[in-house]
Amino acid sequence: MPVAAEVRVEQVAREDLVMFVNACFSCTGQREFYGDARGQSVSIEFLHQYILGNYRRLYRRTLAAGINHFNQAQIILNLLAIGSPADVEERREEGALIAAALRRLPPPRAYRVLESLRSRRINNRRARAIVREYLSGRADLAFDAVKYRAKLRATVVHGHLKLEGELGPFLFHGWKKRVYSQPLLETFRKAHFAQEALYDLPYTVAEGLAQKHGVPRDVFLQRIEPRLTQAERLRLQESAARDGAEVPAVDLSRAPLTKLCLYVLALKDPVRLERREELHTALERASARVLARAPSSLGRVAAVLDNSYSTSGSLQKRRRPLGVALATHYLLGAAAREYRAFWTTPVDDPLRVVARGQSDLATPLLDALEWGPDLVVIVSDGYDNDPPRAVAELTRVFRERLDPGRRTALVHVNPVFDADEHAPRSLGEAVATVGVRDAEDVPTVLGFARFAEGTASLSELERYLAARVASWLAREPRRSEPTREEEES
Amino acid sequence: MSRARLIQRLELDGLRLAPSQVWGQMRLVPVLRDEVRDDLRFAYRDYGGALSEVTLRRELGAAGLKYVSYIPHGLVMTWGNRQAEAVYGTRLQSHDTKKMEAGPVSVRLLHRMAHREDRNQLRMLPLHIAMEGFLTRYFGGPEIAWSEYSKDGLSRGLNPRSEASIPGWASFALDGALRTFELHERQVGLLLFNADELLSAFIVAHPYDYRCLHRTLLEDVYGDLLLQYGYLQVVEDFGLRLDASQVSSVADLRAQVSRMREDWATFHGVMAGGLFGVDVTAWKVYEAGPFLLQHFHTSLVPTQENHLGEVITGPDGRLEYLKTYRLSAAQTRRAYLLQQMASAEWDLDDAAVLLGGTRTDLVLRLQNAGFGYLLRTHVLEDARRAKARGR
Repeated sequence: MPVAAEVRVEQVAREDLVMFVNACFSCTGQREFYGDARGQSVSIEFLHQYILGNYRRLYRRTLAAGINHFNQAQIILNLLAIGSPADVEERREEGALIAAALRRLPPPRAYRVLESLRSRRINNRRARAIVREYLSGRADLAFDAVKYRAKLRATVVHGHLKLEGELGPFLFHGWKKRVYSQPLLETFRKAHFAQEALYDLPYTVAEGLAQKHGVPRDVFLQRIEPRLTQAERLRLQESAARDGAEVPAVDLSRAPLTKLCLYVLALKDPVRLERREELHTALERASARVLARAPSSLGRVAAVLDNSYSTSGSLQKRRRPLGVALATHYLLGAAAREYRAFWTTPVDDPLRVVARGQSDLATPLLDALEWGPDLVVIVSDGYDNDPPRAVAELTRVFRERLDPGRRTALVHVNPVFDADEHAPRSLGEAVATVGVRDAEDVPTVLGFARFAEGTASLSELERYLAARVASWLAREPRRSEPTREEEES
Repeated sequence: MSRARLIQRLELDGLRLAPSQVWGQMRLVPVLRDEVRDDLRFAYRDYGGALSEVTLRRELGAAGLKYVSYIPHGLVMTWGNRQAEAVYGTRLQSHDTKKMEAGPVSVRLLHRMAHREDRNQLRMLPLHIAMEGFLTRYFGGPEIAWSEYSKDGLSRGLNPRSEASIPGWASFALDGALRTFELHERQVGLLLFNADELLSAFIVAHPYDYRCLHRTLLEDVYGDLLLQYGYLQVVEDFGLRLDASQVSSVADLRAQVSRMREDWATFHGVMAGGLFGVDVTAWKVYEAGPFLLQHFHTSLVPTQENHLGEVITGPDGRLEYLKTYRLSAAQTRRAYLLQQMASAEWDLDDAAVLLGGTRTDLVLRLQNAGFGYLLRTHVLEDARRAKARGR
């Protein structure tokens, strides 16, 4: 009896953790096609509190599992709020993990975490130390002070920090001080009085000031163009065209894979057709870059890709599920020895795919199984309505009758978090479901899939996380390169 | 017009039902059409939020019978091969209405339920055609001056005839269900179930038109069931199972899945059995080239589920357009009562026999249904006293 109880305890713990890590890959607290933002954030918050309360060690180690930035930020905040653990060893690991995770977050998100410390009234000794360490690790604090002025000031006030040189007066007096000797700060001050100085500021700062000076939008966009980061360029494509400005050129060869897919999907069909070669090459290069970072070689792979209407996402995550499907298509195409894609509504050219029609996952899955692959990756939001639950039944019978030896691995990659289930919606028992936010996570989650499947034990999961923590902390990038580079990611 | 071309019963000939999509307590069943004909097209015309007044006979704005309702949109139907192509999208936005300010509200004046605008173009007011036909048909009043009827009742009948219904946007669930519904490539229609009660059916001729008109379902009117069952949580998504013992290859698996799909269609067909396959009574509204616009209702027997609606049939008698409204239980009772009264020529004693009760019961029943004002006061008083004495 005690043995059985122990087994059960272990099973519960494993299921909880798998659910949590899965949620941390996909959920961003934003509106989805089927669920609203409020439900999403309530659900994910509950999960965080539950896991933190019950499995603190594994909770912090999840930071290293390759989860998305939203959840990394949540974990950092929750850990800082709860105070340090008593045990010295644990305290050391937790501190290192938090500091490393914060350093690796994109600066806007990291600064939002620091700002949240104030709104959540977290001000313990460790939190202040972490903040100090983060700020001292920044390469160009003056740049940060201009770009994230309000957030940095909130942090400095809240943590009673002293900043060196002119930064203190800059944060608290801003443009009202006479002159600054630091060139960027001086430009910021000048830009409040002279239009010319605008164009030496970061785009997001200059944008507001341009409004103040009444600079016409198209003139502003044209002159600020050299200052735009890669992400800003990609983002501004539509609105620049709308405002009659020259559309800023995008260097497609440097954009990350999923973002690039979302960019492609936002283009009108004739444009996609016209620029087909260019876009195709860019996508192939982007996926090659992902694989160079996280190499994975796969055998005979079939992808069942959902392009039903629900993959159009929501206002906050426009076409993201479809973008992830397209990106996965390119990624698997590059990683696999043999590869074939099966879309729910067949498309001639994946580059011209649109979100349309019902979710008939059964037909493409049958086509895929007929082809006899080693691995089937299903990219879908988990809603399977033509007929409902067909995939669950189909895969159950497939495992039972045709493939009891598990020769073909089935993995369901889900970019959508289902608030009611506290997890990405699954396609039945026979398929392991893993959450993703970007297709770049796919190599990581394929490794994680065996835990989602339920065959691996808790101790294996613990070892997996511990190994990831070790390697993650070991290949900590030493910060010396300028921060502006990384803003572009 | 021969009765032969009017529909006797609704059949889903040439149409296919696909597996349903469920959102909360709403179940939406897609209707697919494999053979699409191009010579009948529908387009949406926006009428905005104003109250509408439809002149039913004679000129626009003339005195006489009027139909007043909130009508958010109309449908423009175009038929005939070439016209359907040429006219489509060109003259649809012509303003066929006049507006009139009546105190704080503006009233839109519309000319007739179905108004021919061009040689091959007809503007109609969906669902209101059926509703108006229904009211005109049954909410008449006594034609013989029996002594029991009040002066008012004899001179004006049941005017003003009125029925209340619920707009689709009153239900949060319907909005969600329509928003998240995934349209099929060949979809031309939708059966709408609320807590697994058939609420409405909407079918057009062309998949493209349906795609454009899908969201208008939210502006349509529905019976009480929409709100009545609105507080139920979710309906079950029945898990149909595959038979593992039949499977020894991927091809078998494929056969099993297509059987599953057929099972769903049969199942939905059974669920919609109150509308499809039952006898209906129909009247002609308009003859548009080879197409016939008619309105209909089912038996009106209170124990059954009853629908009214309008339908367009093609030259071969096939369903090209359908829109239905589910009568609530009270509406059915009222209509049934009036129907029986009319068939007894409004004689109270005959009608009481027909309905299998006493005269007292019938009088009280009329009063409970809201038709007490038809009868003289002393008739009602007598009935009430008789009831109190326990007779």
